Amino acid sequence: MRAPSDPVLLRLEAVSKSFGGITALAGIACDIPPGRIVGMIGPNGAGKTTLFNVITGAYRADDGDVRFDGHAITSWKPHRIARAGVARTFQNIRLFAGMTVWEHLLVSQPHREAMLRRLLPTHWADPTAHARADEVLTFFGLEAVRDRPARTLPYGTQRRVEMARAITASPKLLLLDEPVAGMNAEEAEEVRALLLRLRANGLTILLIEHDMTFVMNLCDYLYVLDFGVLIAEGAPSQIRSDPAVLDAYLGKED
Amino acid sequence: MSTYYAGLLADVGILLLGALSVYIILATGQLSLGNAAFMGIGAYLTSYLTVQAGFQIGAALLAAAAAAGALGALVGFPALRLKGIYLAMATLGFGEMVRSFFLNFDAMGGAGGFHGMPHISAAYIWTWAAGILLLVMVLERSRIWLEMRAIHDDETVAELVGLNTTAIKVGAFGFSAAVAAVAGGLFAHHHVYIEPANFGFERSIDFVLAVILGGSTVAPGALVGAALLVVLPESLRFIADWRLAAFGALLIAVLLVRRQGLLDGALFRRPWLRGSAS
Repeated sequence: MRAPSDPVLLRLEAVSKSFGGITALAGIACDIPPGRIVGMIGPNGAGKTTLFNVITGAYRADDGDVRFDGHAITSWKPHRIARAGVARTFQNIRLFAGMTVWEHLLVSQPHREAMLRRLLPTHWADPTAHARADEVLTFFGLEAVRDRPARTLPYGTQRRVEMARAITASPKLLLLDEPVAGMNAEEAEEVRALLLRLRANGLTILLIEHDMTFVMNLCDYLYVLDFGVLIAEGAPSQIRSDPAVLDAYLGKED
Repeated sequence: MSTYYAGLLADVGILLLGALSVYIILATGQLSLGNAAFMGIGAYLTSYLTVQAGFQIGAALLAAAAAAGALGALVGFPALRLKGIYLAMATLGFGEMVRSFFLNFDAMGGAGGFHGMPHISAAYIWTWAAGILLLVMVLERSRIWLEMRAIHDDETVAELVGLNTTAIKVGAFGFSAAVAAVAGGLFAHHHVYIEPANFGFERSIDFVLAVILGGSTVAPGALVGAALLVVLPESLRFIADWRLAAFGALLIAVLLVRRQGLLDGALFRRPWLRGSAS
């Protein structure tokens, strides 16, 4: 447990959400400090993705509060939460079907509200946006596929495009929903290296993942969710030996 | 140029604008079956302004576009909560509502129609049509158009990457209404007589057909579609009574072979057309 004075980027206070009598989240409380990689683990149906949807505003919490970067964002619209600095990826990759990689990196950039700039061709009106997209393109090693329709790329590359789209928004908090699902060990290692570089740049990451080796090797801190309730939290080494966790989750793996 | 061809050319220009108005809203993934209503509003408003209020035609068109744009945004705000087929039905209902309003609006002739507008040439129509087509083509390369395409592809994700999807859709709807209103104003001053039946459901369907036929992913598609929709039924005259059936069959054939319409982005990316692109 941290002292109350420690900095917190995202704080959930007694967040609950149910769907037609089924409780998906029950009184979730957690603190995500800035500059860390925090993992959210738990069996299928534990409520992890629901939690992401509550944080991003796709769902409204029935009860409790979500605080991000000093704002109470519980009832904010998703686009406002995104602009405040929360970006995410999806468990089943969701790219824009008609767009090239490059266009993904332009459209997700924080929006300066200058109307005229939005109406004029981007390459005249917004060279900084182009520079930013270029920078992210290079960071994610996507230069070779810049003008390819994103949906036609291999699976692992699509995942990188999705992550790059999230990053071009210059978020403070990145939510990743199973970033290495369906990847082989080599690809997963590339993602791990990428996330470590992002953390080194000061980004805070909250991720859902079932690949335990990946989670244990990467995360600074873990929360364990089971049937909508947080059953454990702590450093990976602690979680590995936590009896409640072994019962609920890890025990079933072996 | 004979009156006959000038008339056809004027029809193409007006239909082009109607088709563009549908194209704009279609770019966000929404289908409007009621854009003839905004055309009607534009037609009546510009006619009132030139005949009763003494406006120049250009000023009247701009005023009508602004008014229809504002009304479009106003209507769009609640209507765009609906999606897909439900929005199509709502816009259809709006179209019928506006048509029957003018039918009962005796101050401007009601069912008897309205006349007295100064006549405009096909060249004048094309000045506006070409100008607005160019405007849309420039907009297509802008940030806002990219945002509209994001909404078209996946509205939920568009919202989650920080786009105010409601505001963008309402704005597109307003712009679409403004373009349709210009089409209406030009129509009224070309034919110098308007009646509510000019702006019914069939007109809205023509707009949609022109876009689907010509290409619903690039603005010049609306131009090709409008030209075909005006010229084909005319050029099929030699088969007399069967021409509309033949036109229908042709339309189905095009949709089966090229669902994206005749023009698409890939066509413009061919090497020989690559100029200042990217």
